[in-house]
Amino acid sequence: MANKDLLNYTLQLADDVMILGHRLSEWTGHGPVLEQDIALSNIALDLIGKARNLYQYAARQEGNGKTEDDYPYKRDVLAWTNVLLVEQQNGDFGQTIVRQFLFDCYHYYHLEALSKSNDEQMAFIGAKSLKEARYHLQYSSEWMLRLGDGTEESHSRMQKAVDDKIHYFEELFIPTELEARLIKEGIAPDLSIIREKAFAKMNAVIQESTLVLPEKIYTQQGGRDGKHTEHFGFILTELQFMQKTYPDMVW
Amino acid sequence: MNKNLPLYEIFIRSKNGLHHKHVGSLHASDAQNAIMNARDVYTRRQEGISIWVIESKDITASNPEDSDAFYAPAEDKVYRHPTFYDLPDEVKHM
Repeated sequence: MANKDLLNYTLQLADDVMILGHRLSEWTGHGPVLEQDIALSNIALDLIGKARNLYQYAARQEGNGKTEDDYPYKRDVLAWTNVLLVEQQNGDFGQTIVRQFLFDCYHYYHLEALSKSNDEQMAFIGAKSLKEARYHLQYSSEWMLRLGDGTEESHSRMQKAVDDKIHYFEELFIPTELEARLIKEGIAPDLSIIREKAFAKMNAVIQESTLVLPEKIYTQQGGRDGKHTEHFGFILTELQFMQKTYPDMVW
Repeated sequence: MNKNLPLYEIFIRSKNGLHHKHVGSLHASDAQNAIMNARDVYTRRQEGISIWVIESKDITASNPEDSDAFYAPAEDKVYRHPTFYDLPDEVKHM
């Protein structure tokens, strides 16, 4: 059973960054300014690169001629186990930044711990992505500050984005059943420790950005069980268009 | 948005020992932000290991109209070039 756990855990980690990377790639050619267009595309490439490493690892675990492409292109909604946060729409630049910032708070500390995993390949992927995630966190934090503590307009947009997105934060720290088993084995990082660090970082930046958290937070979850928001079908429609129209196409 | 953001000139050092070279300019909200933008715009293909930024308005440039007065007088002063010396064979890299 341990193998099955590791496979599903690999896919769970991959799905998070695949979908967020896809969302960010939607900004390519549409960024508010050239500099941010490139910055968001760079981050998208980092995340999709990490997703590829994980999907390749999953394919090796599964064998049977599976390839990295089978997972993103040939699975339907229910099979995806990414958190709900990453599938939320881009909205305006502020909404994208808040979504990114919340994910980065989790991602950075998660990778830091993953790089010490008992599983050699997980540790390798963790260490490789850690440098990238450190920059992502710096990038999104700087924009939180500039827009949160910017003009009246930017502040109110950022506050609205925080009010919208914060409900999706907690899901990142709720271990799935298989994750809990892997935490005991030292393969998956202990989410309770990561949660503490991520919340400390999140609170500090939110405060410095002159933003406030809503009084009540209604945690939204379900992504890890394949229960996604209405946006998710639209993402797959675009992401999987070529495979669905021309199955097993190559170019 | 970019209409309000100031312009920065970007200088990149490609490796240790070389000097920073002007590579272009971009818009940013402040100097720190300019460095981040420069990292994303100008170093994504390993072009550099160090970035300098300076707001474009802080650069004082010579006036093109002064070109004649500034540069033309040097044209007929070949004796300012050290081309009249015989170099010993032992001296390399001159």
